[in-house]
Parts: sequence; C-alpha cells; structure tokens
Amino acid sequence: MATLSPITKHPARPLLNLDPILMGGVIILCGAGLAVLYSAADHDAGVVLHQSVHFVIGFLVLLFLAQIPSKQLFKWSPWLYLGGLALLVMVLFVGYSGKGAQRWLDLGVIRFQPSELMKIFLPMMIAWYLSDKHVPPSLRYIVVALLMIAAPVWLIFLQPDLGTAVLVLSLGFFVIFLAGITWRLLAVSGGLILASVPAFWFYLRDYQQQRIITLLNPESDPLGAGYHIIQSKIALGSGGLYGKGWLNGTQSQLDFLPERSTDFVFAVFGEEFGFLGTVLLLFVYGFVVMRGLSIASYAEDTYSRLLAGSLSLSFFVYFVVNIGMVSGLLPIVGVPLPLISYGGTSMVTILAAFGILMSIHSSQNMFTS
Amino acid sequence: MAARDFFKDIRLEKRYFRTRIYLVALLVLLCILILALRLFYLQVSSHDHYATLSHENRMKIVPVPPTRGLVYDRNMNLLAANKPSYQIRVTPVEVDDMDQVISQLGRLIDLEEHHLKKFHGDLKRKQSFESIPLKVNLSEEEVARFSVNRHRFPGIEITAHASRYYPMAGVNAHALGYVGRINADEMQKLDRKDYSGTTYIGKVGVEKFYEQALHGTVGYQHIEINAQGRRLRVLESIPPEPGKDVMLTLDAQLQEVALQALGERKGSVVAIEPETGEILAFVSTPTYDPNQFVSGISSMQYAQLSDDPDQPLFNRALSGLYPPGSTIKPMVALAGLHYGVTRVDDTMWAGPYYQLPGSQHKYRDWKKEGHGRVDMPKAITQSCDVYFYTLAYELGIDRIAEVLAQFNFGSRTGLDTWGEAKGILPSQEWKRKAHGQPWYPGETVITGIGQGYLSATPLQLALATSVLATRGQGVQPKFLRKFLPADRASGDGIGEDLVSAQRSVDIADALHWDRIVEAMEDSVHEPNGTAYAMGKHAGYRIAGKTGTAQVFSLKKDGEYREYVEEEIDEKLRDHALFIAFAPADKPKIAIAVVVENGGGGGTAAAPVAKAVLDHYLLGNEYAQQDAS
Repeated sequence: MATLSPITKHPARPLLNLDPILMGGVIILCGAGLAVLYSAADHDAGVVLHQSVHFVIGFLVLLFLAQIPSKQLFKWSPWLYLGGLALLVMVLFVGYSGKGAQRWLDLGVIRFQPSELMKIFLPMMIAWYLSDKHVPPSLRYIVVALLMIAAPVWLIFLQPDLGTAVLVLSLGFFVIFLAGITWRLLAVSGGLILASVPAFWFYLRDYQQQRIITLLNPESDPLGAGYHIIQSKIALGSGGLYGKGWLNGTQSQLDFLPERSTDFVFAVFGEEFGFLGTVLLLFVYGFVVMRGLSIASYAEDTYSRLLAGSLSLSFFVYFVVNIGMVSGLLPIVGVPLPLISYGGTSMVTILAAFGILMSIHSSQNMFTS
Repeated sequence: MAARDFFKDIRLEKRYFRTRIYLVALLVLLCILILALRLFYLQVSSHDHYATLSHENRMKIVPVPPTRGLVYDRNMNLLAANKPSYQIRVTPVEVDDMDQVISQLGRLIDLEEHHLKKFHGDLKRKQSFESIPLKVNLSEEEVARFSVNRHRFPGIEITAHASRYYPMAGVNAHALGYVGRINADEMQKLDRKDYSGTTYIGKVGVEKFYEQALHGTVGYQHIEINAQGRRLRVLESIPPEPGKDVMLTLDAQLQEVALQALGERKGSVVAIEPETGEILAFVSTPTYDPNQFVSGISSMQYAQLSDDPDQPLFNRALSGLYPPGSTIKPMVALAGLHYGVTRVDDTMWAGPYYQLPGSQHKYRDWKKEGHGRVDMPKAITQSCDVYFYTLAYELGIDRIAEVLAQFNFGSRTGLDTWGEAKGILPSQEWKRKAHGQPWYPGETVITGIGQGYLSATPLQLALATSVLATRGQGVQPKFLRKFLPADRASGDGIGEDLVSAQRSVDIADALHWDRIVEAMEDSVHEPNGTAYAMGKHAGYRIAGKTGTAQVFSLKKDGEYREYVEEEIDEKLRDHALFIAFAPADKPKIAIAVVVENGGGGGTAAAPVAKAVLDHYLLGNEYAQQDAS
C-alpha cells in the first residue's frame, strides 16, 4: 500500500509538523461529515456551524500536540493517566447525568466526558509502562498492564457507558498486542475473557442487555428498541447503488431515522450516496488507518510505536463498530462515526490523537533527516 | 529515554512490532471487507426490499371524499345544500393532560355532557394517534375564540367539512329524507373503498334512493408523511368525482302551501302531474327538521321525535294505510260499466239501507233518509252508499279487485324512494292466504264503499286519481325529474327529463271515463255534490270525490251511526279523504288528501286540496288571497 511506502523519502520536516497525507484524509472525512450533517439536521446551517467550531477547536488541539515531541508525551504519560482516573472518579460523584448515565463533568464553561480523555491517556500509559520491557513481555508485566487497563474501564462501565468501556478496553489490548505478547498468553487471556462473558452479562444494565437482544432480533420490538436498527437498515438498503442524492433521503428527511446526526449519521450517508458512497467512505477510513499504522511501523522508539499503533487502531475500532452497528452487524453500543457524527468531545479527542500521530511522525522525520 | 531494560534488543523488537502491525493491517482490511460485503448485501442485493419498505414508510394514500350532489326542486329552489361546518378534533397522543385541556377548552367552546360522553367513548376505541372529534358543528364564534387561543392547545385542531344542510327544514322532509353518519350496518353493505372518506350517507327518502348518484366517486391523494404522520406534501392526486346534482319533480312552494293547509292536523297530501307521473307535492304532517339528523341527533331529541304520539317520523304519504272510503266509488263504478253489470243511466231506488238477500243485516247509508232514485252519476255526486253496496255485490269481490288492481291498489307504485307500503287489495284468494278463511258476501258489500279490508296509501290514492284524470293512462310516479349536467353553467342549463314508463288501464270505452269524470265534476260544482263547498267559488273545473274512512265503528249491527264530533276522542274520529284533479278537461294536477281524524272529507280534506290546486293552477297571489 502506498501509505506504507518508506517515509525516509521525505527528508524535510513538514510544515508545522502536519503530515499532509494524514491531514488530507482527515479533511476529506470532516468535509463529508459537514455535508451529510447539513442533510441530517434538516438543513440547519447552525448545526453545521457548530460542528465546524468543534472541528476548529479539535484542529487547534491537533496543531498543539503535533508540536510536542513524543519524548515529552512519554514523560507526561503516567501523570495524565492518574489525572484521568481522578476525573473518572469525580464523575461518579459530581457528574452531570443524561440519558440514564452519568458521563459528563461540568467545568462551567464546557461540559465534557472524562472517559473520552482515557481513549488517549490509557494507551499512553500502557505504552509508557511496556516501552522498556523485554519483548515479548512476561506474564508479570502483562498482569500489571491489565490492572492499569481494568481501573478506568471499570470506572467507565459504572457510569454506565458500555460503548466507551469496550473501546477503552480494546485500546489497552491493542497496546499489549503490539508490545509483543506471546501467542500462548494471548490465547489464554482470550479464553479467560470468553469465559467471563456470561458472568459479565449479569452485570449489564437492563437497557444494555436489551440492546444486545434487539440486535439479534430487531423485529422483536419494532417500535421500541428495534426501531433504530430497522429504520437504519431501510435507509441504507433503500439508498441502493447510487443513493437517493444529497438532501433527498426520505428516511432521514422525513424523521424516520432517529439519532441521524449523531450515532446513525452513516445511515443518512448511505441513503443519500448509495453503495458507491459508502464504499468510498470505507476506503478513506481504511486509508487513514493504514497511514497511522505506517507511521507506527516507522517510529523510532517503542513508546511511539505502541502509542501510534494503538491510536490508529482506536480510530479503526470507532468506524468499524459504528458502521457495524448501523448496518445491523453489531449491537447498538453508542459509538459515533469518527469525524462525521455531530459532537464536540469525540471530534476533539480524535483530532488530538491525530495530533499525537503527527508528532510521532515528525519526530521520526527528525531522526531520519 | 529513561528506564530501559538492560538487555533490550531494539532490532528484535522492531521485527516483532512489524509483524504485529502487518497482522493488524490484515485485520483492518478484513473488517473493511466484511463491512463492504454487508453494505453490498443491504444496498445492492436487498435494495428492492428496502426500497419498498422506505416507500411504504413515507407514502400514505388518503381518500378525498366527493362533494355530495345538490338537490333542487322543479323550479331550481335549493332543497339540499352543502355548507361548511367546523369540527374541533383532538389527537390524544399530542395532549399531555387530557382532563385539564378539556376543561380549558370548555371555557372557549360550549361542551355538553353528550359531547364529552361520545368523546370519551371514542377515546377508548381509537388509537392514540388518530384524531377524534370532540364537537361537530361549531358556531363561528366558537371557531374564532379557539383560533385566537390555538397556540395554547397542542394536539387540538379545527377542521372544516362539508355538511348537509336543508334550507327549507321540515318542508320536504318526508320526500327528501336526510343523511346521517354511516352506521355499522351500512358499513357492512356499502363499498368501503368508495366511502373511505365519507362521513354521511342517505338514510331515508330521495337521499337514500339516489345515494349512489348523489355521493359521487371518491378521489385519492398520495401524500408524503413524516415519522409523526404529519402530512408534508401531495405527490399525486386523483380528484374525486362529485355527486350528481339532481332536480326533483317537487314544487317547494306547493309543499309549503300543502303544509300550511294541513296546519296542526295529522295528514298527508300527495299531488301528481297526471301526464308525466311527476310528484308535485308530497307532504306528511307533522313533519320534522331533517337538519338535526345530519350532525348526529342526541338521544333525547330522538326520543322526543320517536315517542311523539303524533309520530312526526312516520311517513304517512308513503306508508300510512287508510281505508279509501267513498273515494273508491268512481273506480267501482267503472268496474260495473266495464263488466256490463250496469249502465250509466240505469237507475235504482236507494233507501236508507241495503240488505243482502236472505240476511237481516242492514248496511246503512250515510244519509239517514236515503237518496231515493239514483243513477250512476248521481250516486257518485252524492256519494250514495246503497247504490255502491248493490253494485259491489253484483260485481263480486274478484271483479272489483281486478279493476282496482289496474289502478295500482294492493301493489307498490314503484316511486323512487324507500319504505313504500303496499296496502291491501282484498280478493277471495287474498283472504284465503292472509286469514285462511273464505270470503263473505258482506265483505264485498262494504268494499264497494271503500271500507273493510281495503287499504291504500295517500300515494296510491293520488296515483289512482291520476289514472282517472288521464282516462286510464297510468304512469310511473317519480321524484327525480333529471340529473343536472355538471357543467350546466356553461351548457344549456337543463338536462333531459326522464320519461316514466306507461301502463294503461284495460277499460277501453272512452264514454265510460267521460261519464265518471263528469260525475266527479258535479260532486264539486253542483250544489248537491259532497264537495260543493269547495267548488262553488273555484275559478276552474275540478273533478273530485270525497271520502270518510272509519277509524272506530259506532254502528253496532244496524244501529245508526251518529255522533257529535266534539264528544268523542279526537283519535277515534273518522279520517277525512279527498281526491281530485283539475282542470277537469285537461288535467294538470291530480291530488289525494288525507286528514287523520278530520271528520268528513268534504269539510276537512277538500279545502286542503283546494289550497294546493289554487296555488298550482292560479299562482301564489290568488292562493294567499283565498286563504285570508
């Protein structure tokens, strides 16, 4: 793949440390996002403007992080992780509730979800911890790393926010996997996780259980829990090969599709731009992930490699879970479509992750030049 | 970087990591492939299925009810119109606190117990997203009051409908009938598709008989709706075909005159144009206001109408059965001539009573002392009972029945309406079938003066009179004059008159007819005629015959029937009847009048007929002058 071509051919440090290839993909996705949001939000330019503001804020964070050398991030990692944990504990006591879950912290000016921060802080922490360990890491270190993962995951699960908990959990595993865990250990821990699934089931809240049941048989509750998935499949399926055209999706324009500017925005996209549109979008997402993995593979030090790899994979998990859920392959766990779904926190988090990727990319350029 | 393992092998680590990255990249590609396949399945393979579902989601077919045809009288006076009416409707799902909202609405709109009762009934039956009428027929004031406060009432709206309106109220009620809400029974029978947007259906009368034509054909709108079911736009529409406007044969002014002439009394007037069979007047009193049925009559109002001892809802003209009394005599006379039992100028001695051979029973004449020597014309003019007792006996019941049948006694006239009574035309066979008994000669005797089993509706009497007027040319009576063309504003304005089927009476000798008609003229215009009081000032020649139908028999076995009207209960008094046509030589109108418990035909019924004839033949002015 083109994105995996040797980066050593770029001798010059890119402008402001921004990787033009990665940045191009991000801008394409954000542009598509704004267009489809305009359609999903009943042609409300205000929503598009808001999302643009989110993008600008996220871009400033990206720009800032891209200038920070990965060495610096390495040093901050444990403190950021501990700070993040503290915020998660705070959420449980003084958090702001919404939709039956306590996820937000109100800082007066802005309201944000500390669990989003963990999507960056946790991989940083695990990467920090495993960066100076032997490859493959021994069981002892892996157990410690697992405990580091378990703490925030448990706190997020308590909120409860199943989607983010699973996402953060998978990020931790990615770091361990990339750090070179042996296949034997991987098999054992995989087996343990599978074995714990039934026990875990009883800890799920009713609505979370319901989501999984509804996924398996959405028609069982067509007006309640199954309504989302039925309507989103209708939206996608009726889009056909070429789509109904921008602003012409009847499922979305006529309010049949719920949450169509947030978690279900992909259904709007699929209805209006058809199979050709969705495949093209998948291609761009794949391109961005591959570019991230490429940056990871050329990174100079262990910490950067692990962090770049896991952040790329977190982006990958985001869009696969979202599209899988909207198309009826995965349970509805409330994961937004990265860079397209309406929402400030996830937009800023994702762009921050890209900022770190770019910082790692330019640090490596410095070494090679 | 700090704190590295001492033996860390960077090259090995890099190789390890590269392998893992490749594995991960493979996983990414695999997942993307799975998603792409899934999307291909949804968007390409199953596209038709989901496209259909999407189409069904957003499309709704809404019926558009046709406008009901208007009804006019023969002079284009509007008898049944459509007027906008306003309903206030509630969509329960959009209302948070129903009780509170209803009580607030109660301050703007006059809500009565029965409105609320019906509403709460509907509320239980219907689904919460269906809108339910709370009150129909809002006044303009109520509409205005609500409109100002509309913003306070989400889920409540006022809708406009076309509602039936009868501008002349009760004047034509028994001919026209009325429309009302479709009930469950009617729903079973009618074409649900065609009535999918219709609220009202003809219940009785012309409104019912011509329901199909008046109703029209339903139209459709394909509308786009959103998930809340709100209409967004019309994608396609098939306009409804409005109901046909009809012109009836009725003369609305004549209806008013007849109604006025009957006044407070119970009775009926039916007038026919003899040549065409067109019903000019069709009145039954007391009448009722059909408008109260349109928007749903309250049970109290309905009870008031149906429990009224005078039975305003009963259509006397169509279903009221009365013994024809002496009005039958001209027809019995014709039967006598037809079968050669007697000749016009044959005379007989008519004493105070008649006795069957070998019987002691006395059949008394209405005239205590008898009429003396009478021939047929005199017997008709003076309504001599003994003459007709004799003639009837000589004819025999079956021959009488044969002739009366040709005047349509005993069978429905086939008038274009519903609920017509057939009456009874007795014969030997009829009695065997109906009562399982043989016919007695005495029953033939009283049939000769229109008593006994014989009974007929005012409509049948009017038709028989019309047959007399045309000397045997019977026609099919009808209410419908024509269907008016839809574009009559631009066209010639008049559709084709419908032509009635003809059916003539098998009495060939024109001379017979002439003599009978002359005798009927005499009964109106000669001083010894039974209806002379009516005829002496008439400006045209009338041929008529009075009749009195017994309600309650006072004469017990030969006792002389004599009572002072005021002394007996009104309900037991005789019915007064009168039949007539005019002008006698070239009849334009034939009429039958029944006044229940009115007493004598000449005094109670004939003046009613006179008022109607005067108006029809001489015009409004004269009629008013005469009435005062």
